[in-house]
Amino acid sequence: MLADLFTGSVLIGLLASGIRLATPYLYAAIGETFGQRSGVLNLGVDGIMLMGAFSAFYVVFKTGDLVGGVLLAMLVGLLMGLAMAFISVTLNAEQGISGIGVYLFGLGMSDLLFQKLINNVQTVSGFPVAPIPFLSEIPVIGQIFFTHNVLVYGAYLLVPIAWFVLNKTTLGLKIKAVGENPEAADTLGVSVAKIRYLTVSMGGLLSGVAGASLSIALLNVFQFNLTNGLGFIAIALVYFGGWRPTWVLMGSLIFSFVNALQIWVQVVGIPIPSDIAVMTPYILTIVVLVISAQRVRPPSALSKTYERLE
Amino acid sequence: MRISWSSIFDALLPLIATAAALAIGAVMLVLLGANPLVAYGALIEGAFGSFNAVADTIVKATPLLLVGIGICIAFRAGVINIGGEGQMILGGLSSIAMGLAFPNMPGIIMIPVALLVGFAAGGLWGGIPGYLKARFNVNEILSTIMLNVIAVQLMNLLLRGPLIQPNQKGAAAIPQTARLAVEYDLPRLIPTRLHLGALIAVILAVAVYFFLWRTTIGYRIRAVGLNASASRYAGIKVERYIVLSLMLSGAFSGLAGAIQVYGVNHFMITDGTAASFTGSAGFNGIVAALFGQLHPIGAIPASFLFGALLVGANKLQRVVQVPAALITALNGLVVVFVVSSEIWRRKNARKRAIRELEEKLANVAHKSHSEGGDQNAG
Repeated sequence: MLADLFTGSVLIGLLASGIRLATPYLYAAIGETFGQRSGVLNLGVDGIMLMGAFSAFYVVFKTGDLVGGVLLAMLVGLLMGLAMAFISVTLNAEQGISGIGVYLFGLGMSDLLFQKLINNVQTVSGFPVAPIPFLSEIPVIGQIFFTHNVLVYGAYLLVPIAWFVLNKTTLGLKIKAVGENPEAADTLGVSVAKIRYLTVSMGGLLSGVAGASLSIALLNVFQFNLTNGLGFIAIALVYFGGWRPTWVLMGSLIFSFVNALQIWVQVVGIPIPSDIAVMTPYILTIVVLVISAQRVRPPSALSKTYERLE
Repeated sequence: MRISWSSIFDALLPLIATAAALAIGAVMLVLLGANPLVAYGALIEGAFGSFNAVADTIVKATPLLLVGIGICIAFRAGVINIGGEGQMILGGLSSIAMGLAFPNMPGIIMIPVALLVGFAAGGLWGGIPGYLKARFNVNEILSTIMLNVIAVQLMNLLLRGPLIQPNQKGAAAIPQTARLAVEYDLPRLIPTRLHLGALIAVILAVAVYFFLWRTTIGYRIRAVGLNASASRYAGIKVERYIVLSLMLSGAFSGLAGAIQVYGVNHFMITDGTAASFTGSAGFNGIVAALFGQLHPIGAIPASFLFGALLVGANKLQRVVQVPAALITALNGLVVVFVVSSEIWRRKNARKRAIRELEEKLANVAHKSHSEGGDQNAG
């Protein structure tokens, strides 16, 4: 009887942390979905996340202002997104490689600022758990879904919003048109550049929030390479999700549950080497990439530059 | 062919891009409260200030060059290999396993065997994303990045387990291997840390140049990169060359890892990150290759330059107390600037093509009129 209760509560804890851990994937992957739908592959997501994570952490470390932290992460993400848009849209640079440049910049810059401004690993008190009234009191369900912090709720709210924008608005139609056939969209008077600037900078902003969710809502810490490639997994999830927000949500959940399980396996002390446990989500990513490459076709103009004929 | 200002400008573009990155770096240094002149002075001093410093710069440039020539092959085939870090790790692991398993061989036999093993292991690790792309159309950028993380975990697993130094036991064990037999050290070229690996890298860079521009296979690799569908139409088995180019690219990174072990470290240790072994050469090699305009010969001076930046960064950190991470950030900017500056190269190329066309038309017009007017379209 006692053993049953124990496994029950462990299972609830596992599911709840799975829901929570999907947060950074969701922000980053939904943001990237918009960029890719309009034809821009932003590989700098991980670097932008790192900068967002550091900025948010720094504000909270210095002032304790959580909202200020998120706002600064958004601003930094937006600026880096704008830079990526300038590089890939205005300068028509090769997107894959320039994204790696943005990643390296974010990796080095966030470490530089961390060493210069904070220097040793510190923790902050991040977003507190904010149980949703009434819903959080439902047994089991309440604990799994409705007892998280606001950044977690925000990530899940983003999915229906993204779905609505992409599928039910003129803007969504324009974004998809630009990503499928920029020449045709241009002929119809849609500004390819404007749409791509919008999607890539919004993607940057959301990547900034994704970073902030790590440093001031989930882990409450900053260190060198805090994301450890999470941004790249988010990009893989966009492929897995077939560039549709609902499927991106599915992918993010699968991933975060595998991750939660992996952490749980280590905590409980099941004799699987931790290295293999850590490796699993990445192997899964590759499997997922193989499956999704068979299933759906990427936006036709993805990662292709578009130059207007003059 | 005549040399015009615009073609000189093209050749100088990477240098201009680097100057721009360094200028931004100078602004960052000022913001961080350091005098950029003092900082860059320290950087140059650290990289070239003494005989030993130059030797260290070359040692640091060696893995960049090896990774970089592999990158030249992959990028010329139109595939983007971001997996240098993982491929280096596989090369290091397999070559050190070889040397530790057979500790009593003559160095003259073991060194080439171990380097070849590292080459092959990196090639296999690079072949995985190649196969996945050719067979299943999996984006190689993402698969190579995933394989980097998997390789790091593999390294941690092996260094904690089968490869651990025999006297490291118990909870406090440091995840490191035993030292390789001293006979297996790559020979030093001069009495500094400079080892034979640097010479091997330069020779291979020249060899890869001949491979890409003077052999049929190399020609096909470049053809696939320039226009895959036209190549397929011409009867080239595109998928085969995609796999081959990623394998070769991985193999050179694997060799870089093996040379790092046999030439510099002589053992392997992990702090859980890739950079502790690779020094991020898997990424910085991409920077060097791009800077060398994806030409293996161009990668030689480019690697030297970035080796200098990395070695100098330590001195910079000591003198002006600005973390060496600045150089990683600047490398990122160099990549962005070099890739972005392509737009001017394309514009110049277009202008040149138009001008040549105009000249030809003018000549035709000139001949047909046969008046001997001194119009000169140039």
